[in-house]
Amino acid sequence: MLEAARLRADFPLLQRQENGRRLVYLDNAATTQKPEAVLAAIADYYRTTNANVHRGAYGLAIRATEAYEAARAKLAGFVNAWAPEGVVFTRGTTEAINLVAGSYGRANLRRGDSVVVTAMDHHSNLVPWQILCQEKGASLRMVEITEDGRIDLSDFGAALERRPKLVAFPYVSNALGTVNPVAQLVKLAHAVEAVVVVDGAQSTPHLKVDVQALDCDFYALSGHKMLAPMGSGALVAKPELLDAMPRYHGGGEMISRVFDDHSTYNKIPHKFEAGTPNVEAAVGLAAAIDYLETIGLERIAAHEQALAQAAIDQLTQIDGVTVYGPRGHRAGVVSFTYGDIHPHDIATILDQDGVCIRAGHHCTQPLMRRLNVPATARASFYLYNDLDDVAALAGSLVKAGALFGYVPA
Amino acid sequence: MDTSLPEPRLSALYQELILDHYRRPRNKGALEGATHSVSLNNPLCGDEIDLQLRVDGAVIKDVRFVGRGCSISQASASMMTQLLKDRPVPQALALAERMSAMMQGDEAAAKDKTLGDLRALAGVSKFPVRIKCALLPWNALTDAVKT
Repeated sequence: MLEAARLRADFPLLQRQENGRRLVYLDNAATTQKPEAVLAAIADYYRTTNANVHRGAYGLAIRATEAYEAARAKLAGFVNAWAPEGVVFTRGTTEAINLVAGSYGRANLRRGDSVVVTAMDHHSNLVPWQILCQEKGASLRMVEITEDGRIDLSDFGAALERRPKLVAFPYVSNALGTVNPVAQLVKLAHAVEAVVVVDGAQSTPHLKVDVQALDCDFYALSGHKMLAPMGSGALVAKPELLDAMPRYHGGGEMISRVFDDHSTYNKIPHKFEAGTPNVEAAVGLAAAIDYLETIGLERIAAHEQALAQAAIDQLTQIDGVTVYGPRGHRAGVVSFTYGDIHPHDIATILDQDGVCIRAGHHCTQPLMRRLNVPATARASFYLYNDLDDVAALAGSLVKAGALFGYVPA
Repeated sequence: MDTSLPEPRLSALYQELILDHYRRPRNKGALEGATHSVSLNNPLCGDEIDLQLRVDGAVIKDVRFVGRGCSISQASASMMTQLLKDRPVPQALALAERMSAMMQGDEAAAKDKTLGDLRALAGVSKFPVRIKCALLPWNALTDAVKT
């Protein structure tokens, strides 16, 4: 396991107290805290390098552009993208998926076509496809999940029989922690010539991602879930697909020549980056990648899996607690309920002990309906969490039980 | 493991009476012959309430609710229905204002006997993010009688 307590020293926010207790931050699937190195990179960018990118002819602007493009190259390397120009910076996963729906989807979907999603998709990988299908008169097919929270492969196969134009699913489920067999699913989808969109919001921060090995067509990610600033993220795509796609937002930077009544457009990735980009976010993301790579994604993944396993072991010992999602291999996300105590009540009680967890539907309402619960409580881990945090979670949960009249086992 | 007792603010929040209404809600289920109904939900946390009223001559003759959510929202709904039966609409709206005042920390409102069991919810005012839970059924009430 990682020396998490030592890593915590790198994170100013984690030095703070909450309700007089050490802050136990277990909502990393929502967003992560930022290390000093990322904060310093952002401040340093503004102190030494800030100018508008891709415009100025002066040295400062050139250095700002270099910093921005270096961040793109670093991110491309981090996920083994096909090429740096196949990396479009976005505000995050949601914007990246909307870009695919709004550009690729609008250009390629016809009335009567179908799009496949899964019952474990986050609303951000569901609602854009709902909107697109409604607009195009296409149908949306939701693949079911198995009892233990995996994509039902036989239903996935059945959905492919209609030869969908596009298939979308998450690499890692934000609500269940399921790690999906992406390469296998991509192969099946490609066999019927579907284009594959992978929601990488929960995988990129936590495991070694190789988009070329996965062979998906589009991969969306968020920086803020991997130690980088909010508003950082990217769409990673096969360059030939991006190149053939129509423009998305119009404005500066995305154009080549502008006439009175029409324009020609810039090359990829700039064609999809209208307006002044969020350079500080890109620079912060590059610093976050440096930080993560120093530790190593394989070690981070192993650390989180050990924490998730410890959490599952301790929580299931509490009479009345139900843990959702797969047993065995899974990511560091643990969703649970406790008897008839509503997850919001659990979150309020845990907060008094400085334990931050998420309560709610986790932007996965179709999944919650299938689990037959209105909401769950969710603890999600990162490299700075340790077994003390797991013990704090379990201890505080016993208190919640006591308040609601449950007797500890 | 931390085995210290829950702090007093929490004990005040989760009183017996609140848990009793949460687990044994009064007037829960559909209302026959409803004249007014409103569905409200809190998209942030997923709390839901369908409130149904039978109003006759500006008096609430009957009221029932269907809903799901946290102990605070469901207990507040249950307690509210107890208070509303046979109450003129203007009085019901005045109660909604008293309830809102109590949530803002108004101590006089928290001692106001007209709020009945609802006074047990006074502790919610110490948890700002939970105030919306306690007020959800009351917002449904004001929406319902205004339509």
